[in-house]
Amino acid sequence: MSTIRTLASLITASLPAAASAEQTAVGLDERIETLLAPLTGWVERIILFPTPIPGSDAQMAFVVLWLIIAAFVFTFYFRFINLRGLAHGFRLIRGDYNDPRAAGEVTHFQALATALSGTVGLGNIAGVAIAVSVGGPGAVVWMMLAGFLGMSSKFVECTLGVKYRSINPDGSVSGGPMWYLSRGLAERGPALATLGKVCAVVFAIFCVGGSFGGANMFQSNQSFQQIVGVTGGSESWFADKGWLFGLIMAFFVALVIIGGIRSIARVTSKIVPLMGAIYITAGLVIIGVHIDQVPAAFALMFSSAFGVSSVAGGMLGVLAIGFQRAAFSSEAGIGSAAIAHSAVQTNEPVSEGVVALYEPFVDTIIVCTITALVIIISGVYIDGGGMSGVELTSEAFESAISWFPYVLAVAVILFAYSTMLAWSYYGLKSWTYLFGETRGAEYTYKTLFLLFVVAGASMQLGAVIGFSDAMILAMAFPNLLGIYFLLPTVRRELDRYWAKVQAGTLQTWRENMRR
Amino acid sequence: MSEKYLVGLDGSECGERAVAAALHQAQVSQGSVVLSYVIPWSPFTFSTAEENALRHKRREEELARAAELLLIPEQQRFEAVGISCEIVARHGHPAKTLVQLAREYEVSMIVVGVIGDTPLKSRFLGGTASTLIQIATCPVLVVP
Repeated sequence: MSTIRTLASLITASLPAAASAEQTAVGLDERIETLLAPLTGWVERIILFPTPIPGSDAQMAFVVLWLIIAAFVFTFYFRFINLRGLAHGFRLIRGDYNDPRAAGEVTHFQALATALSGTVGLGNIAGVAIAVSVGGPGAVVWMMLAGFLGMSSKFVECTLGVKYRSINPDGSVSGGPMWYLSRGLAERGPALATLGKVCAVVFAIFCVGGSFGGANMFQSNQSFQQIVGVTGGSESWFADKGWLFGLIMAFFVALVIIGGIRSIARVTSKIVPLMGAIYITAGLVIIGVHIDQVPAAFALMFSSAFGVSSVAGGMLGVLAIGFQRAAFSSEAGIGSAAIAHSAVQTNEPVSEGVVALYEPFVDTIIVCTITALVIIISGVYIDGGGMSGVELTSEAFESAISWFPYVLAVAVILFAYSTMLAWSYYGLKSWTYLFGETRGAEYTYKTLFLLFVVAGASMQLGAVIGFSDAMILAMAFPNLLGIYFLLPTVRRELDRYWAKVQAGTLQTWRENMRR
Repeated sequence: MSEKYLVGLDGSECGERAVAAALHQAQVSQGSVVLSYVIPWSPFTFSTAEENALRHKRREEELARAAELLLIPEQQRFEAVGISCEIVARHGHPAKTLVQLAREYEVSMIVVGVIGDTPLKSRFLGGTASTLIQIATCPVLVVP
C-alpha cells in the first residue's frame, strides 16, 4: 500500500495547484488545458494531416486512407476471409476444437473476450454519437463498412501475433506487432530485417503514445462528461473539477497497475461483459419498442451516406468521418488487439485470426449499429444543441428510458476503466520492449500513464479527441507497413489450415466427448 | 478382468474417506486405482490480458502443486500396500472431467466423497457428486 501513497503524493505534487485547490479550482482544468493544448494540437496536425481527395473538395486524414486501403487489400488477398471464416470462427469460440488435455490454458473464447473488453467501450458509445453529430446518420453506414473490412485486418494481425509470439524467461507469453514485425521480417532477408526492427520500435513508441491518448485521455474525458451530465450538467458540483475526477480515476487505476491489487482487475473483467450485455439489451429494447421506425432510420442512414449538404465534401466527407470513427472504435489495423490475442493456446495461428474476425464484428457492426439506431430513432442528434460524444448517446437513451443515464454512467466508467487497464498493459509491453523489463522503466511508464488520466478529464473533448485519434491511428503506419511484407506468410498458413478445415481432419473434441 | 477404480480427490476429509473406500475395494478385488484431482476451470470465463499472458505458467504450477501436495502422498499409501496406482491432475468442470477421465482410463467404477463443494454451492447448483451420478457412464460409489 505504501506504493499507492507514494504515487498519490506524486500525482498531487505534479499538479502544482492541487494543494490549494479550493481557491484555484476553477482555473485548474483550464491551466492543464493551456499547458497541454499546444502539444496535443501539434501531434494532431502532423498525424491527422488532411489529404485532399482528388475530384472533390473533401479531405481525409492520410492515416485513415492508409487503414482503409489495407483493409481492402487484405479482404481481397484473403478472398473474403471476413465472410467465409465466420462459421468456422464461431465453432472455435464455442470450443468445438478445444483439446481437453489442454484444459486450463487460455481458450479462444477467453482471448477474444479479453481483446473485446479493451475495444468495446467509449469508442462505440461515444464514438458513434460523434460520427452522427459531425457526419450525419450516413456516417454510420461507412462505419459499418469499415468495420466489415477491418475484420480482415484483425485476422492478419492476430494470426501474426500468435505465429511470432515469444515465451519470456519468466514463462509468460508476449506477442503483438513488436514481435511479428521484428521476427517476421527478419525471416525475409537482411534488408527487411532492418525495416522490421525500425517498424517494431516505431510501433512501440506510438503504442505508448496511444495508450496515453486514446486509451486514456479520451476514456477519462468521456466518463467525466457523463458524470457531470447525470449530476446536473453545468450546474453540477463536478462541472469544473475535471482534475478531481481524474485524480479519483487515476487512484483506482493505480490500485491495480502500481498497487498490484489484481482482484480489482479480475472483478472488473467480470463486470464489464455484464455491463455490455445491459447496454445491448437496453438498446435492443428501445429499438424493439420503436420497431416501426427502424426501416425509416435505415433509409435515412443509407440516403444520407451518399452526401448531405451540411457536411463538407458530400459523400466523401461523410465517408471520411465514418471511417475514422470506425478505426478508432474497432482498432483494426492498429495492432493493439494482436497483443491481447497472442496468449491463446493453439498450434494453429490462423485459428486465432479467424476468431479475431468477431472482434470488429461485435464491436463495430453490432454495438455501433445498435447505438446509431437508438440515436437516430430518438432524433436527439437533430436538435442536440451542440451535444456530442457520450452526452448525445445518453440523451438518446434517456428519451426512451428516463433513468438509463445513471446506468450508462456506471457502464461508461467501467468501460473506461477496463479499457484503461487493458491499454496500460499494451503500453507497458511496448515500453518494456523499448527500455527493457526493469522495475524503474515500469514505474516510469505507469506514473506517466496516470498523469494522462488526470489530464484527460481536465480538458475539452475537442482537444482530447484530436490527440487521441492521432496517437492511436499513428500505430497503423509501422504496423501495416510491416504486415504487407508478411502477407505471403499468412496466406501460406491460411491455405494450409483451410485445407485441413475443408478435409475435416481437424480434431473436433466436442464430438469425441459425446461418443 | 481386474477392477480399476477412479478416485476423485478434492483435498477435503470426505475425499480422504473416498480414498479409504477405494483402497478397501482395490484390496478386496485385487484391482488398481487412478487418483485424480480436478481443478475447477471453465473455458468461458473472462480474464485480463495480463492473466492470459501468465496462464500457461500458472496452469503448470497448479498441476504440479496438485500432484505434489495431494496426489503423490496418497499414491504412496496405495503403493505401500502393493496396489498399482496412477495419478492425474486436470483442469475442467469437476463432474464432466471425472466422466471423461473414467472413459480415458477405462475404469470400472468412480469413487468420490459426497461433500466437497461449499454447502451453498451444492445446495443451489447441485454438488459434484449428484451431477456425477446423473452423467456417469459407469457405476459411481459416493462415500459420505
